[in-house]
Amino acid sequence: MVSPVTARSRLDRGTRRIALCGLTTLGAVVLLFSYRTSTSAELPDAAGNAAADAGSSGTGATAAAAVPAAVPAAGSGAGSGEAPSGRPGWSGTVTGPVVQVKWGQVQVRATLRQGRITAVDVLRHPDENARDRQINAAAVPQLVSETLQVQSARIDMVSGATFTSTGYVQSLQAALDRAGTT
Amino acid sequence: MTVPAAERVARRVEHVMGMPVSLALRGLHTDDDEADAAWAAVLASLRETDRVFSTYRDDSVVAAIRRGELAVADAPRDVAEVLALGARAARASDGAFSVWRPGPDAHPVLDPSGVVKGWALERAAAALHAMPGTDSCVSAGGDMVCRSRSGQPWRVGIEDPHDPARVLATVEITDGAVATSGAAHRGPHVVDARTGAVPGSVAQVTVVAASLTDADIDATAAYALGARAAQWLGQRVGRSGLVVWADGTTTTVTTT
Repeated sequence: MVSPVTARSRLDRGTRRIALCGLTTLGAVVLLFSYRTSTSAELPDAAGNAAADAGSSGTGATAAAAVPAAVPAAGSGAGSGEAPSGRPGWSGTVTGPVVQVKWGQVQVRATLRQGRITAVDVLRHPDENARDRQINAAAVPQLVSETLQVQSARIDMVSGATFTSTGYVQSLQAALDRAGTT
Repeated sequence: MTVPAAERVARRVEHVMGMPVSLALRGLHTDDDEADAAWAAVLASLRETDRVFSTYRDDSVVAAIRRGELAVADAPRDVAEVLALGARAARASDGAFSVWRPGPDAHPVLDPSGVVKGWALERAAAALHAMPGTDSCVSAGGDMVCRSRSGQPWRVGIEDPHDPARVLATVEITDGAVATSGAAHRGPHVVDARTGAVPGSVAQVTVVAASLTDADIDATAAYALGARAAQWLGQRVGRSGLVVWADGTTTTVTTT
């Protein structure tokens, strides 16, 4: 026989577990949005905004809320092609919207198997700072129009398909290394 | 040609993991004890990686996993980190890139080579970055991590896969990485993990990114995607690069 008190405490435990689960999910979202950022201020706000911008149904505590209003990844061929909300056994990938947060744009993609999130990838994240972004954006290969020998232009290193130790001997990199070590 | 003293580049080369590892240093520590110690640390780190991940050595951790003597779950943490990077790349490339390939008996065989090189050099290069007032650029078999504290960029030439005596393009790196994947030196060794097919239409893919871990994985994945290489690379955040097609034409990919 189960006394009403015991039953109630069980219910409480259950509710607590659900609440805890929700908190864990929220924690995951917060962690997600703090990925590779140096600014940690207003993280909960960012997550909240993300949910609001995406038109979340407002449950807020389910796994699906981690990718609010997600749409099946376009052209990925993954999943059934239907929105996963309310489909417990759904498998596939869902891509979240691009969300503008204070320090840049964030976009995530979740992989679900049997309705459970098995992986979350950050497709778009703010760079650590604007300076880094400028440096990286500037580093676009510039085509060399004419035949360019290593002797005729200043090149510090050569990037090529993996040199083996034998193939290296004839490479431009070997010529550079010899020039520098004599 | 006389090189001004401020630009003098000191170079070293050592063969590790079956490939040449080339170092270029400029600035305060180029030939002294600190440079020697940093270079020794880089090489020691790479040799340790080889001891764990080599697919050629019978005594490596990866070899033990392949023989079924060690479960992936019981492997060192570095192995789990590399496998997680491989899984992430597989998702990003819709499965064209994978650290698991079909074995003879349809049993998946672990081959983390596509992840390990860039990841290992990125980690090993930290010893160079700890030297004050020194610019460094270190390359393992044509994939490199370059950092300039002076602000003067390193100039990296991208090899022509059809004529390794030429460079097709140059890229200036102040703090970042360049990786190139192709068949020029080792013959066909990258396949589409979904089909086992050798990519036909693409000759070489070079990727520029902030980290060599990312650049190396994306260069291999883009190459494995064949005709879709440039289109796929163009969608990757924080990457730029150069795709050389089999017919010799090129596509430059700029960052999004």
